[in-house]
Amino acid sequence: MRETRGFKIYRGVVLTVLGLFVLLPLYVMATSSLKPLGDVQGAFTWWPSNLTLDPFVDMWKTVPLGRYFVNSTIVSVAATVASVAIAILAAFAVSRFRFRGRSVFTTTVLSTQMFPGVLFLLPLFLIFVNINNSLGVQLVGTRLGLIITYLTFSLPFSIWMLAGYFDSIPRELDEAALVDGCGPMGALTRVVLPAARPGVIAVAIYSFMTAWGEVLFASVMTTESNRTLSVGLRQYSTQTNIYWNQIMAAALVVSVPVVIGFLLAQRHFVAGVTAGAVK
Amino acid sequence: MSVATEQAPAEAAPGVRAARKRGPDHRPGLSRKLPYLLLAPAVLLELLIHIIPMLVGIWMSFVKLTKFFIANWSAAPWAGLNNYRIAVDVHNSVGEGLLKSFGVTVVFSAVTVVLAWCLGMAAAVALQPPFKGRSAVRTLFLVPYALPAYAGILTWNFMLQRDTGAVNHVLVDNLGILSDRPFWLLGGNALTSLITVALWRLWPFAFLTLMAGLQSIPQDIYEAASVDGAGTVRQWRNITLPSLRPVNLVLVLVLFLWTFSDFNTPYVLFGTAQPPAGDLITFHIYNASFLTWNFGSGAAMSVLLLIFLMIVTGAYLAVTGRRSRRA
Repeated sequence: MRETRGFKIYRGVVLTVLGLFVLLPLYVMATSSLKPLGDVQGAFTWWPSNLTLDPFVDMWKTVPLGRYFVNSTIVSVAATVASVAIAILAAFAVSRFRFRGRSVFTTTVLSTQMFPGVLFLLPLFLIFVNINNSLGVQLVGTRLGLIITYLTFSLPFSIWMLAGYFDSIPRELDEAALVDGCGPMGALTRVVLPAARPGVIAVAIYSFMTAWGEVLFASVMTTESNRTLSVGLRQYSTQTNIYWNQIMAAALVVSVPVVIGFLLAQRHFVAGVTAGAVK
Repeated sequence: MSVATEQAPAEAAPGVRAARKRGPDHRPGLSRKLPYLLLAPAVLLELLIHIIPMLVGIWMSFVKLTKFFIANWSAAPWAGLNNYRIAVDVHNSVGEGLLKSFGVTVVFSAVTVVLAWCLGMAAAVALQPPFKGRSAVRTLFLVPYALPAYAGILTWNFMLQRDTGAVNHVLVDNLGILSDRPFWLLGGNALTSLITVALWRLWPFAFLTLMAGLQSIPQDIYEAASVDGAGTVRQWRNITLPSLRPVNLVLVLVLFLWTFSDFNTPYVLFGTAQPPAGDLITFHIYNASFLTWNFGSGAAMSVLLLIFLMIVTGAYLAVTGRRSRRA
């Protein structure tokens, strides 16, 4: 595209306005996490009256943030590993085989993505309660219940995106592996997966982000023992005090790993999204 | 219908085909079952977490499932269409609340989708030609989307506090646009706050998708148009917009479905004190179900929401599909 003077002005305006919109909350989050409690309870100031790292120390004591961290990490990692493994198998089937029920499967799986979460929140809660009553498997208030719930949330998009990735890998490569005496599973693990590594990484990060940030089911399916960060951060608001500086510090700390992961994988994300959308 | 791998005989070279026949792949029983074995874990989990609960949800909407029957649901008495009748009867408080919440959600969703698309498009076009610092700006713009939802919304919650928040500080103290400090999380301003926060989190997704779409437009079309004397605006209208049509179709639908069933934003922003002006429908159903523990009524409202979303999606796909065929 030719860059006219008008376009340069347009770009300047857009980048300034959107840059400020994006940056303001990030700035508030970062500076408030360095403020003493008195600062965040009084009128807003652009800069802390004195810089302190206390919120980053105190936030572990005000609420059991460490436990929430462990819970979120275990739940998100387990859900991610399981979801990616299951999605790889399903995407391989969809991409490399023609079989009866193939299109029914892909349509059904993708359409579950459109159902509002609240639709299966109540039944799932009820099913989990009744599984506990009849089989004795505790799913409400445990990490296991969260893991199997969360892994299905990222599954449809992961299958769709990985199938797109697998489609872009030439079938001649599988053929060569089959000629060399690999079975179809050997072709998957030795040829297709290594070639689709960016896609697998992008899907893994997507699954992790989904589990790490989920609020709706966490608010119902967690009790004190398996509480995750997404609902745990609410505990900083007590009857007497709202520790906004510690909330901002905690929000910052829980965000850093996922933001870095997402930004590193954004290239693969874009490729995956467009591959799917163009299809 | 026979099961065949995608390497259909017509595509594969004859030599390869012959070799494959000798390969270990040629076990008809296994290769017939293999795709189903591969799909089995995904199908089982989708059944357990999505399909069965959805069917149970539909059943729940027809029974009187109050708190007395939650642990013993098979004993819940049949309610017929009663839950639905109450949910759509605008003359009682339940139906009236649902209708108002629906109205709020329609406005919220429409405004957020339109604005998210506009901001995403504005940024994607601005970042289309390379310039110094482009990838840094792109990375910055994606941060709100990458942030865990609750972390971003909590920050906005803090910023929207009346006396200690940054928003009132900017509007009243710095810019002097307003003389009084308004409440942003109570009363009529709650919807504006919801839209702002949802927009902040969502527009980067529109930006990411549109940017990816722009990359697939060949550069020489623009050059040809420039030679023909088309200005930047005409190029956008005649080249960029039509080329992005398939991307836009998916993007708008996804944004609509997300915003219409948005729970995180009102839940984290308002907590349990939901102002009527910010009572989005998923949040409304959630509160109606867990405050009264009347799951039957909540299920009926959820089914109505699903039916609405399916009708809108179906109509949208039908209309846009017909238009593309004509084009």
